[in-house]
Amino acid sequence: MTAFFQNLGLPFEGAWLLSTIIGILVIALPLMLAVAMIIYADRKIWAAMALRRGPNVVGPFGLLQSFADGAKVFLQETIIPSASNRTLFLIAPIITFTVALMAWAVIPFQVGVVLANINVGLLYILAISSLGVYGVVLSGWASNSKYPFYSAIRASAQMISYEVSIGFILITVVLWAGSFNISTIIESQKGYYGFLNGNGFNPLLFPMAIMFLISAMAETARAPFDLTEAESELVAGYQTEYSSMAFALFWLGEYANVILMCGLNAILFWGGYLPPFDWAPLYLVPGIIWFLAKIAFFFFVFSWVKATVPRYRYDQLMRLGWKIFLPTSLLFVFLVSGFLMLTRYGGAQ
Amino acid sequence: MSLGYYVKSFTLWEFVKAHWLTLKYFFKPKATINYPYEKNPISPRFRGEHALRRYPNGEERCIACKLCEAICPAQAITIEAQPRDDGSRRTTRYDIDMTKCIYCGFCQEACPVDAIVEGPNFEFATETREELIYDKAKLLENGDKWERAIAANLAADAPYR
Repeated sequence: MTAFFQNLGLPFEGAWLLSTIIGILVIALPLMLAVAMIIYADRKIWAAMALRRGPNVVGPFGLLQSFADGAKVFLQETIIPSASNRTLFLIAPIITFTVALMAWAVIPFQVGVVLANINVGLLYILAISSLGVYGVVLSGWASNSKYPFYSAIRASAQMISYEVSIGFILITVVLWAGSFNISTIIESQKGYYGFLNGNGFNPLLFPMAIMFLISAMAETARAPFDLTEAESELVAGYQTEYSSMAFALFWLGEYANVILMCGLNAILFWGGYLPPFDWAPLYLVPGIIWFLAKIAFFFFVFSWVKATVPRYRYDQLMRLGWKIFLPTSLLFVFLVSGFLMLTRYGGAQ
Repeated sequence: MSLGYYVKSFTLWEFVKAHWLTLKYFFKPKATINYPYEKNPISPRFRGEHALRRYPNGEERCIACKLCEAICPAQAITIEAQPRDDGSRRTTRYDIDMTKCIYCGFCQEACPVDAIVEGPNFEFATETREELIYDKAKLLENGDKWERAIAANLAADAPYR
C-alpha cells in the first residue's frame, strides 16, 4: 500500500505513515465491532448454559444489545472520586485499552497479511500483555479505595505468576518452530502426520496447548480466575470507582484481550490461518476465515468454561500457577528441547 | 494420594465431565419463558391488582361496610362513606395505597358483595410512587377493564369456597 501512495506523489515517509494508519484502522475498527458482538455472544452462551435466554429484545435476537449498552454507558456522567489521583485514574483505562489493541499489530490474519511482521513477534506480544497489568494496578491505586486496591494487588500477583508459565509454554512452541516470528510459527505447523495442521496435534505440545488455554484465561482474568473483579468479595474490583467512558474502555480492553488470547491459542497451537487439515481444497477458503472461525471456537470455549467452573480461591489460583503449571511447563521445555536435540539437531555430539 | 488421583487431576477429568454436562444443557430448551411476549398461566385465585366491581346494571357493588378496611393487616385501605341522594349507603372515598398493600387477599375474603377483588393483572408498575396510591375512580376503572376476567376467575373458584 505504501507503493500505491508513493505513486500518488507522496514522499516515502508520508506514504508509509498513511498506509500504516489505514492498516491500524482496518484492524482496530472491526476489532471494536468484534468486541461488541463477542460481549453479546458471551452473554448468550452463558445464558444458554444456564437455561436462560440472554439478551433478546434489542434488535433481531438481541444482536444490538451491546450497542445499546455502549450508548447508555457513553451518555452517563463520568464520576471521578475526589480522593482519587485524577491523572492516573483517567490514564489507567486508556492504558488497558491501548495495550489490548497494540498486540494486534503482529497478528497475521492471512498469508502475509500482518501490520508489523517483526521477527520477535511473540516476544512483542509477551511484553505488551505484561504491560496490560499496569492499567489494572494503576486504576486500583489511583481510585484510592479499598476494594480496587485489593483487586490491583491480586491482579498483579495473578498476572505475573501466570506469565511465568506462559513464558515457558511459548518457549516450547518457539523451540519447535525455531523462530519468534509469528508467521513462521504458523507455517511451521503445516502437515503433522501428512494431513493435520497445528502444534496441538503433536503429543509433546498438546498438554502445552491445554495449559496455554487455561493460562490465557488466568491472564485475561476471565472466570474461573476472575478474582480481580470477584463481585462477592470486591464489589467490582478495580472497576468499582469507574463510570461512563472509562468503564467502557476497561470493558472493551478486557474483551479485546480475550479475543487476542483466543487468537494466540489458534496461532500457537492450532495453525492460525491454516485450515485444520492439510488438504488442498481447504486452502481455497481464505485464511482469515479459518482464523476467525478458530477465534470464535476458542471464545466459545472461554464462555463455556465461564459458565461451568466456579471461581477459584486465591490460594488455589496461586497453587495452580506456581506449584503445578510452572513445574509442568518447565518439564515440557526440557522434554521438547531434549526431543529436538535428539531428532532434529543430531543428538549429543 | 493414589496414582488414580494424579491421573484424574492431570487429565482434568472432573472438568471434562462438568463441561460435557454444561454442553448438554447448552442445547436443551430454555427453562425461562420469553416474558413480555409469553406469560405463565396463573391460577384463578391469583391475587394481583385490585379492582372495584359493578353490578351488570352499572351500579357499584361496594356498600361501604368497611370490612375490608378493618381487616387489612397493612392498613392500606381508607374509606369514607355517606348516604347517597337516593338514600343508599355508598363510599365517597375508597383509597388503596398499593405501596403498603401486601396482597394477602383478606379484603376480597371479607367483602360480602364481591366488590373489592384482586384481579389477574400483575403488570401495573409505575414511574412514580404517587401513581401507586389508587383512588376510587382508578379502582372502578380497573373493575370495568378486568370485569370479564375477574368474573370468570370468581366463577372458576366458586365451587371451592
